[in-house]
Amino acid sequence: MDIAAVAESMFRIILAFIVLLSVVMVSAVIFPFAMRRLWGFMGDRLGPNRVGPQGLFQPLADGLKLFVKEDITPLQADRLLFLAAPALALFTPTLMQVVIPFTENYTIADLNIGLIYVVAVGTFGVTGLLLGGWASNNKYSLLGGLRSAAQMISYEIPLMITIVVVGLLAGSLSLNAVVDAQESIWFVAVQPLAFIVFIIAGIAELNRTPFDLPEAESELVSGYMTEYGGMRFAFFAALIEWSNATVWALVGATLFLGGWRGPFGGSGIYLALKVAFIVFVIIWFFSTFPRLQVDQLMSFCWKILIPFSLFNLVTTGLLLALLPEYALWGIAAVSWASVILFIGLFHRALKGILLKKRLRALKGF
Amino acid sequence: MTPDYSHSYLSVAVLSILDVLFILGVLGFSRLIQRRHAYPEKLTPYECGVPPIGDARIPFAVRYYIFALLFLIFEVEAVFLFPWAMTFDSLGTGGFVAMMIFIGVLLFGLIYAWGRGALEWV
Repeated sequence: MDIAAVAESMFRIILAFIVLLSVVMVSAVIFPFAMRRLWGFMGDRLGPNRVGPQGLFQPLADGLKLFVKEDITPLQADRLLFLAAPALALFTPTLMQVVIPFTENYTIADLNIGLIYVVAVGTFGVTGLLLGGWASNNKYSLLGGLRSAAQMISYEIPLMITIVVVGLLAGSLSLNAVVDAQESIWFVAVQPLAFIVFIIAGIAELNRTPFDLPEAESELVSGYMTEYGGMRFAFFAALIEWSNATVWALVGATLFLGGWRGPFGGSGIYLALKVAFIVFVIIWFFSTFPRLQVDQLMSFCWKILIPFSLFNLVTTGLLLALLPEYALWGIAAVSWASVILFIGLFHRALKGILLKKRLRALKGF
Repeated sequence: MTPDYSHSYLSVAVLSILDVLFILGVLGFSRLIQRRHAYPEKLTPYECGVPPIGDARIPFAVRYYIFALLFLIFEVEAVFLFPWAMTFDSLGTGGFVAMMIFIGVLLFGLIYAWGRGALEWV
């Protein structure tokens, strides 16, 4: 290898690193602020609006404050693991973006097993939270870490099955091939059920409301990050949460919304808009739904999401095998029909729960 | 043109090392400029303002255990699903039927666990 080639690959890697970090940092600065303002708007309040024009400098002020604050390690904590946990958890979202096609020609590493890479690296994040919870030697942290582990591994399964469905449709595991397969029609139109399952399971993976039991402040103080302070708290509370959200939105936009594709030729701007849309949906969920109970959380995953996603996989395979020419139309018809069924079932179940609660209240229990 | 995959994996490896260095750098720099003043009360685990009673690491019944077991089974299933989805066209009907039987067995397992009440939260 000559010097020019080495210099070029080094330049590429440094550029890639800057791209990865800027996605993480920008999402950690913009999205919490957007969430607080939107949350305020949806709750008919103001939200942060004092620091700078429209409160725009609020995230910077928060970040600076956390940066210079003392971060303590509790006396009985496992010092090494306590230190390693936030670093381990931040490692995941940063590296997951490696396989995302940002524009037509720019993918940092176009791995041929991109979808498996996304799932594998995504699962890795749970170790950071679990370790953080265990290493703190605090009862709330331990319970929060265990809860997040149980929740994340449970919702991993429907997520993975929907990703297999996308791989089945695209016929490849490379994310570039997935984007190419959506040239004529986005997969969200063909597979709306998979998209809905992906969004719900993704929000559960992110430990966001209505699935934010690991950090349920009314019972667990702050879950696995109770003992963290200063910069390590900022890692957990802002950087990891929001860069994970952004990265899952990137994956969702790539798998279902056509990636960088859009009218008038593709570009990264379309991808950014789609990511912003998915993050908006997550924030919207946040201010709409109340928190689930642990039993509801688990049974929703195992009794509704997993059967539905398996059904989706089986019908997709069946239609691809039986009617290869009309497969897309057939899959779209079945998927849209099952979306209606899904919403209907969900509505009935919810109504049943509410009715039972009202009856119980009437009886005076 | 087939992309050079070994080169891609190398860049993933280099990026992960850079990432770890960056994270440690941020934490280290923050540690350098922060004011540190720790005393025993500050360093006790938080327990609503009272001194913590006992250790957090005590044995207790973990309900999540059964879910972790079920998860393991489905995770292994997914490992088989990915290659199946990739070779779907070349496998033909035989491969499709075999995978349906496999999914059917797993589904039966899920229904069995459901029926035995493993999915209920006690």
